[in-house]
Amino acid sequence: MSNILPLIQNECIKIIKKKRFYVVLLVLLVLVPIFTYAQMRSSELSRDKFNGDWRLELQQQITDNQNSLGSDRIPEEWKKYRLIFVQQLQYYLDHNVNPKEPNGVTFTREFMDNSINLFIPLLIMAIASDIVSGERTTGTIKMLLTRPVKRWKVLLSKMITMIMFVSLIIFSTFAISYLISGAFFGYVGFNIPVFTGFQISGSNVDMSAVHAVPQWEYLLMQCGLIWFVAVTVALLAFMVSVLVKSTAASIVVMMAALIAGTILTNMASAWTSAKYLFMVNLQLTNYLAGTPAPIEGMNLNFSLIVLGIWALVSVVVSFTVFTKRDILN
Amino acid sequence: MDNIVLSVEHVHKKIGKKMIIKDVTFDVREGEIFGFLGPNGAGKTTTIRMLVDLIKPSSGTIKVYGYDVNRDQENALQYVGSIVENPEVYTYLTGWENLEHFARMQSGVEEARIQEVVDIVRLDQRIHDKVRTYSLGMRQRLGIAQALLGRPKLLILDEPTNGLDPKGIKELRLFIRKLAEEGLAVLVSSHLLSEIQLLCDRVAIISQGSILAVGEVNELVSQNADYVIWEMEPLSEGEIILSQFEGVHLVESAESVLDDSLIAGMSVNSVVTQNEEGIIPAILLRLVKAGIAVKGVNKINPTLEQLFLQMTEGENIE
Repeated sequence: MSNILPLIQNECIKIIKKKRFYVVLLVLLVLVPIFTYAQMRSSELSRDKFNGDWRLELQQQITDNQNSLGSDRIPEEWKKYRLIFVQQLQYYLDHNVNPKEPNGVTFTREFMDNSINLFIPLLIMAIASDIVSGERTTGTIKMLLTRPVKRWKVLLSKMITMIMFVSLIIFSTFAISYLISGAFFGYVGFNIPVFTGFQISGSNVDMSAVHAVPQWEYLLMQCGLIWFVAVTVALLAFMVSVLVKSTAASIVVMMAALIAGTILTNMASAWTSAKYLFMVNLQLTNYLAGTPAPIEGMNLNFSLIVLGIWALVSVVVSFTVFTKRDILN
Repeated sequence: MDNIVLSVEHVHKKIGKKMIIKDVTFDVREGEIFGFLGPNGAGKTTTIRMLVDLIKPSSGTIKVYGYDVNRDQENALQYVGSIVENPEVYTYLTGWENLEHFARMQSGVEEARIQEVVDIVRLDQRIHDKVRTYSLGMRQRLGIAQALLGRPKLLILDEPTNGLDPKGIKELRLFIRKLAEEGLAVLVSSHLLSEIQLLCDRVAIISQGSILAVGEVNELVSQNADYVIWEMEPLSEGEIILSQFEGVHLVESAESVLDDSLIAGMSVNSVVTQNEEGIIPAILLRLVKAGIAVKGVNKINPTLEQLFLQMTEGENIE
């Protein structure tokens, strides 16, 4: 009977009027300048130390890492990471490209890189964790479901709206980060080359597939991957929001899962089946940059498939539960 | 002549291992106000939630104009406007935005209709304020406006007088009457027995998940023989005459059938009987002939409350 578009319009109005999205923007507007300032201080420091010669700085970094490889006190796994890191730095040095050239675009790239597994999912939860459970907390779900609209349509409209806002959040993160950091470092750097395609096998880096892409292209790929991760996390949060009655509980469940993921990733775990958990697969952009995966056997395709399966299961569970459940209070 | 709007047939609901609703069957017709009466926890709200597809029945069918509510929601629910428990609307939106929101969920509800329902519930002064700032009465009115938006044929109001002041209750009563006169079927639930008695044409009495009786309010009342309070002197002689009279039943413990307020007002020289109205003059004549001074004869129409107490045998009501 009724079309899905008016329902999507309803959901958008509710998110905007509830000021959820403004909170997200506000968080970005407060935090990005702080990070920018920190970045500026650190680059000032190294400029003083190396008289502005980035080659010298890079060489120093390589030497430091190589020296530490000889030490017994460093765990084997860390050594592997550093060995790979050294090889990549060397590649940049050999090709006369500064991997850390301070400009707005590079800052944005690094900022996005670092926010993929925790910061952006957190912003997304502000909307996704509330979108269904918020209606149950306030009881408005009763009004929503007693209208002549099939339940799956109500849920679908919420899901589409959520994905729209997820996309908007990623775009806003990019835009705010570029606009603010550009004011400090200059709005340049779209065309400087970034190397990608490092193949890691054991502790060796296979450079044969490495190629330079302009930074804008790199950013585009990066944003695509971030979007994929963000949608997966959003769909999971959406499922929790369907299952749990209170928004607070729904946020706590997702937060716990995400933080557990960070801890597991950092443990570089010997528990290999942990690679099937969604939360250790969030750092997709690391595959672009050539950082070794936290667990042996993970690669971009693997992570995409794992995340895709988790997302699909969430959607199925959400719709099954939502269309069948009795609304008792 | 009476078109059936809502028909509920043999509905059961099991939650966990417990049968919450047992074999509920009733119809609601066009233009009537149907009361749904029962104590808290009797299953009123559960049943009402099943009528609007918030809960699926375990067995049985609920149909609105022949459309199954739980299978064919889009056809069935377009005829239904409802407030389940409290009128929960979006407090961060204005009243108007709330109505627009619900209008978008149904085809054929234009801005003119929104204005119409706003006028009906007389909210036009505050309709563009945030609902957060509304009083409970105003939210109730907004809830009713929302329920009326889609030009329903059946209006379901769950405990509509909750939280309203006496003036608001009276207004609501008149309002519901007016809607019913315009041909709307209205289903009202309440645990307030007087409320149902004042408002409804027919009533279903529910207790512990089962319907005890369905019928016209007046009919249900007259099924119950009338009570009469006799005040006379000397009482003992009068009692003997009454007990010998055919068709008169002496009530041993008045407390079980009468309101506390009535008992408090009774003189010590009183006795309560149960008999038909028609034989009162004959009884009176015999009492007077026997030289008994009859000071008062007071006929008590049973309230639904008494009816209810008898049916449920003393289950607590509020």
